[in-house]
Amino acid sequence: MAEPQGLLEIDNLSVSFRTPRGDVQALRSVSLKMGKGEIVGVIGESGCGKSTLINSTIGLLPSNTGAISGHIRFAGNDIVGMLDRDLRRLRGEKITTIFQDPMTALNPVLSIGTQMIAIQYRRNSSPHEKRLRAVEFLEKVRMPDAEKRLGQYPHQFSGGMRQRICIAMALLTEPDLLIADEPTTALDATLEVQVIRLLRELQRDIGCSVLFVSHHLGAVAELCERVAIMYAGEVVEQGSVRDIFHDPRHPYTRKLLECDPGRILEPRPVLPSIEGELPDLVHIPHGCIFRDRCPDRFERCHERPPVEVIKAGHRAACHRARELASP
Amino acid sequence: MNPLLKVSDVTIRFPSGNRLAARLSGQPQFIEAVLRVSFALEAGKTYALVGESGSGKTTLARAIVGLVPTHGGQIEFNGRRISGLSETQLRTVRREIAMIFQDPVGSLSPRLNVRSILAEPFKVHGETADIDRKVTRLLEDVGLPAHFTERYPHQLSGGQARRIAVARALALRPKLVIADEPTAGLDVSIQGEVLNLMRDLQTKFGTTFLMITHNLNVVRHVADRMAVMYLGRIVEEGNTAAIFEAPRHRYTTALLSANLKPDPDHSAPLIEVEGETPSLLRRPSGCEFHPRCIFGLPVCKVQSPKEQLSGTGHRFSCHNPA
Repeated sequence: MAEPQGLLEIDNLSVSFRTPRGDVQALRSVSLKMGKGEIVGVIGESGCGKSTLINSTIGLLPSNTGAISGHIRFAGNDIVGMLDRDLRRLRGEKITTIFQDPMTALNPVLSIGTQMIAIQYRRNSSPHEKRLRAVEFLEKVRMPDAEKRLGQYPHQFSGGMRQRICIAMALLTEPDLLIADEPTTALDATLEVQVIRLLRELQRDIGCSVLFVSHHLGAVAELCERVAIMYAGEVVEQGSVRDIFHDPRHPYTRKLLECDPGRILEPRPVLPSIEGELPDLVHIPHGCIFRDRCPDRFERCHERPPVEVIKAGHRAACHRARELASP
Repeated sequence: MNPLLKVSDVTIRFPSGNRLAARLSGQPQFIEAVLRVSFALEAGKTYALVGESGSGKTTLARAIVGLVPTHGGQIEFNGRRISGLSETQLRTVRREIAMIFQDPVGSLSPRLNVRSILAEPFKVHGETADIDRKVTRLLEDVGLPAHFTERYPHQLSGGQARRIAVARALALRPKLVIADEPTAGLDVSIQGEVLNLMRDLQTKFGTTFLMITHNLNVVRHVADRMAVMYLGRIVEEGNTAAIFEAPRHRYTTALLSANLKPDPDHSAPLIEVEGETPSLLRRPSGCEFHPRCIFGLPVCKVQSPKEQLSGTGHRFSCHNPA
């Protein structure tokens, strides 16, 4: 699958944080491209650098950030090194984010109407028009009685409703890029399906690109076109959803898929897991980052693996990527 | 065979927010978080309670350990009634029923090291002899090295914290362990490890598990029997394999279909649940699932469905079952 020319182009990005123990190298040489209107999933477990990737993209890295190298080009401009003033413009107009916890993302002491009007502050229209637009977007996310509910406060809504309000607010600004950071993790299965369908419909409707970050493989398979797999601060594999789910080449991807009980059809008494622990990101081991936990390791894994191109758009950082084809 | 735990017709009520206002406006003054629930747990088996958040799973679990009072019905443990007991009477029961809480790190005191955390159950029940050896043995049981006694909760990974929570629950060799979302928030790579550990301990000590979860994939692999809860009621109950094979209640079918498959070629689920969970203050008439059910019949709006049996020990309440 060919990669479309990019809206977002993350190129060789490395980010480290200063801690009392030393520099934590949270991201190392991450490259990821996103085309206009594309839905890209990022899968990774706790500590893999998903949040750092998002925070770098919206220019909201914490104050203990150490060295940043590489580039994040968004619509041609480099976010790395951009002035705060320009970043704020970008975040308000071009890039918006939906967070995992819809309760803390909304202000509890303001009605949702007030918040939905406030977020349109850049628009040149009357408060009345902004209000109508808020109602329109609440209807888009299928909020019943949208008009009436504008006067209500976040606590008067259920978790699923709140997440839909967050989606409506994110889309009010008509962004080019919507970053969804684990938007369904706090939701039940039935609501998760609703939110994913909604995201897909709205994405078609508005035409924005979506960067969908999750550790739920099922949700990513359902929604995304392309996927990047992250492990311990590196993108170890990326490709189309079919490449990743049907022909995974990196041993970590393969193990991760193997561990998902949703893929194990026959109930079995012993469930697979990945032995070992994440490596220490202060003292990065030489060679392949997954080596210590890898079932397929051999001598050459002490050298850093090259990024092998399996086919156009499908890449895996493993010495054995070519031989590890699925039967 | 006598069940280890028998819950019969249990209802749990909470006063609603503003009782005076509720009275004036004619709304109910209580909400029923759990409504006339019955089920039984066989010793040495794993039983799962599934349902959306707010369906009453956790409330029911808390009632079993005596943390919330019941209003009607009774709970029997090992042939003895345990609902309505006083705090002192409950103490002996609590030795035998342990709980693993939802948030493993949050349920471990940040100021106690692993040794103190694991020693606490023994101290509470006055078994202070040989305590260090007992603690080391517990760590061994859950597969952690002995030097972990010196660690504090913030020095543990998610999986390790979960192991400590399991070790603490098992300290007094309880007959029943209630595990509230034992794998929530865990990465898939560690999830299997924790579930395998629970199964090993079950084989070794014959522990009975009551697992509360909304992760259906986990239920399918580990639970012998399961109950599906909706708005505080059990709408379907039976052998896990039987329910996954042929779910009958329309809510169960929807819930099972919402279980997204990690396969891009697997088409999206066909059965959708409409709208949102209704408020417990305004329970719908008839079958309480009818406002969200796409298979509803006219009768569903007016008459609540009777419980039916489907094969051995598989029961459900639906007018228009699958």
